[in-house]
Amino acid sequence: MKKALSILLVVLMAVGAVFAQGAGETSTASKGSVYWLNFKPESDAVLQEVAAAYTAETGVPVKVVTAASGTYNQTLTAEMDKSNPPTLFVVGNGQAVDTWGDFCLDLKGTKIANELNTDAYNLYDANGKLCSIGYCYESFGIIVNKALLAKAGYSVDDIKDFASLKAIAEDIHARSKTLGFDAFTSSGMDGSSSWRFSGHLANVALYYESVEDNWQGQPATITGKYLPNFKNIWDLYINNSAYDPKTLATGGFDAEAEFGKGQAVFYQNGSWEYDALTNTYGMNPADLTMIPFYAGVAGEEKAGLNSGTENCWAVNAKASQADIDATLDFMYWLVTSETGTKKLAQTFGAIPYKKAAPSGNVFLDAANEYSQKGNYVMTWAFNYTPSVDNWRAGVVSAMNQYDAAQTDANWKAVETAFVKGWENYYKMEH
Amino acid sequence: MKKSHSEGGLTSNLLKKPIKRWGLLFLGPTLACFLIGFVWPFIQGIWLSFCKFRLTSDAKFVGLANYFEAFKDITFLYSFGYTALFAVVSVVLINLFAFLIALALTKGIKGSNVFRTVFFMPNLIGGIVLGYIWSMIFDGVLSRFATNILMEAKYGFWGLVIVMCWQQIGYMMIIYIAGLQAIPEDMMEAASIDGASSLQTLFKITIPNVMPSITICMFLTLSNSFKLFDQNLALTGGQPFGFLADGTSIHKTEMLALNIYNTFYVSSNLRGVAQAKAVIFFILVAAISLIQLRATRSREVQQ
Repeated sequence: MKKALSILLVVLMAVGAVFAQGAGETSTASKGSVYWLNFKPESDAVLQEVAAAYTAETGVPVKVVTAASGTYNQTLTAEMDKSNPPTLFVVGNGQAVDTWGDFCLDLKGTKIANELNTDAYNLYDANGKLCSIGYCYESFGIIVNKALLAKAGYSVDDIKDFASLKAIAEDIHARSKTLGFDAFTSSGMDGSSSWRFSGHLANVALYYESVEDNWQGQPATITGKYLPNFKNIWDLYINNSAYDPKTLATGGFDAEAEFGKGQAVFYQNGSWEYDALTNTYGMNPADLTMIPFYAGVAGEEKAGLNSGTENCWAVNAKASQADIDATLDFMYWLVTSETGTKKLAQTFGAIPYKKAAPSGNVFLDAANEYSQKGNYVMTWAFNYTPSVDNWRAGVVSAMNQYDAAQTDANWKAVETAFVKGWENYYKMEH
Repeated sequence: MKKSHSEGGLTSNLLKKPIKRWGLLFLGPTLACFLIGFVWPFIQGIWLSFCKFRLTSDAKFVGLANYFEAFKDITFLYSFGYTALFAVVSVVLINLFAFLIALALTKGIKGSNVFRTVFFMPNLIGGIVLGYIWSMIFDGVLSRFATNILMEAKYGFWGLVIVMCWQQIGYMMIIYIAGLQAIPEDMMEAASIDGASSLQTLFKITIPNVMPSITICMFLTLSNSFKLFDQNLALTGGQPFGFLADGTSIHKTEMLALNIYNTFYVSSNLRGVAQAKAVIFFILVAAISLIQLRATRSREVQQ
């Protein structure tokens, strides 16, 4: 019996040792440590460098973990439950504020909040608590290859509104055989690309509605009044590219490569594409620019790019005080030190802080130019989307049916997914 | 007679003592993993199904509310019907084909072993990979007709059936082959001497004798069909969607497991409901499997 007991103890020790190993890894000195749960896989490499640089400089351990693409929510849910949860995480939209608001430290008046140069990218909860602050912003619109556009006999200045965009795109598409390139890149609807449309392009409909109805927070219902404009531009995309609309649903296209290789003039995407287009595909930055979404809305000649962010830092209020302090210091260092700002500019482009390093990104420059000309910024109204992944999945499914057969009945289903889907998911969340 | 036979076997003191003494050492790690990785989460899962929670560490007891919500959810009921239909079709097809192939490959055809290996191989590929690869194959075919698998629920349904057949027939075939090879030769010989036709032999001798294999294969295919998740997620992800007047979207090719998963992440308010669905799901699969086991067991014969 004694022996059996001693064996059992040995086994328990062995098992315990295995688990202790796991636990030991994360326990740190009383000095506090930083654990940043990042949600942008493409930024992981640079952020690991930043973390190492900070640790080398100050001795404070910084752990950066990046959730696999598209699984940030799942990862955050699991990590928050652990004994060493993230101290710094991303709360990037209204839904996230609803879900994680309790975990957010009120950042009002902190050292880092005072370094911000704008309030535009910050998220507040219903009680006015500053839940998260933007750490970079992005712009999206229609990327234009100016060299190809010139070859077709046009310049960017010819595009002023939807009518001129449509005329030029249709002309290029009609002459695509002789020109050797087409108007738009493919609009693939698989998971790797559909967010460009169900998320970003949908902002055409959502932004104008948000302005007209003066949204102050997440609306319970939407009217979809500007959906016909969304349809305008969508029809233009899918009917003026080298790809059959019927094949879009399955995806498997690589729009970035099509654009990078000069197969199309227009490519809807964002400022984050700058690095890939100029480095991977060796495009000349001088040939690139970005124009706003023109969709046939009155007054759209004064439109600017869609600028906003889902990259907002929140600090875990339930972490220990030492960890919170360490995290705030780390954030402050990121946006003020030379190393920090340079690295952030390298991976995120523009950051909304007073001491930001220049980004050198032509698309963000274009966004600034539009602003300086007095054009309005199309803010990211889609950040209010309830249960955003599911809402978008519904819109994508309906759009697939429409692409396969462009009928009024099928467009009706897109409207239902858009308007009724919003209402339904809002109800589920509240 | 029995007693003397067993004295030298496993019940011998020479063996018993060390097993008693060292058994824990060998069982311990597995038992610990089983308790930590299965029993504990299972109990916690049942508890959470009665709670409103966002993180498992801050759960609030709400009684049966989650269960009421789950049963009210029309998408859950739809998924149940869809899964049941899928299970019936795939159980029949998989077992039928697995049995026929096993029969063919026990007739002594040249290269039987090669065929067995080839038929078994799909089992070694993970479900997610299978789903994506097959979606390309289906789309390759359907693109000839200017459509694809995400367009219509029936494509998704039959696509899933084909994938499951392709993956599982080989595995079930191996079980059937083992069963067929265990049929005593003399029984077959006696039948042929008595002048039984091949059909008579099949129905009166072969099938009754492989009944244990049928039981286990039915059990495996039925529970696999109900629990199917990876292939479902990768092949269609529930598309296409239908929209009800109130905006509820019915994912037309969404099976139960995927429905539970989607419920969990659709809103942080619905995590308890998803958990309740998971418990209902467990009870359902367990009940159906037990009924099926009892039904087929009763037809097994003693050799």
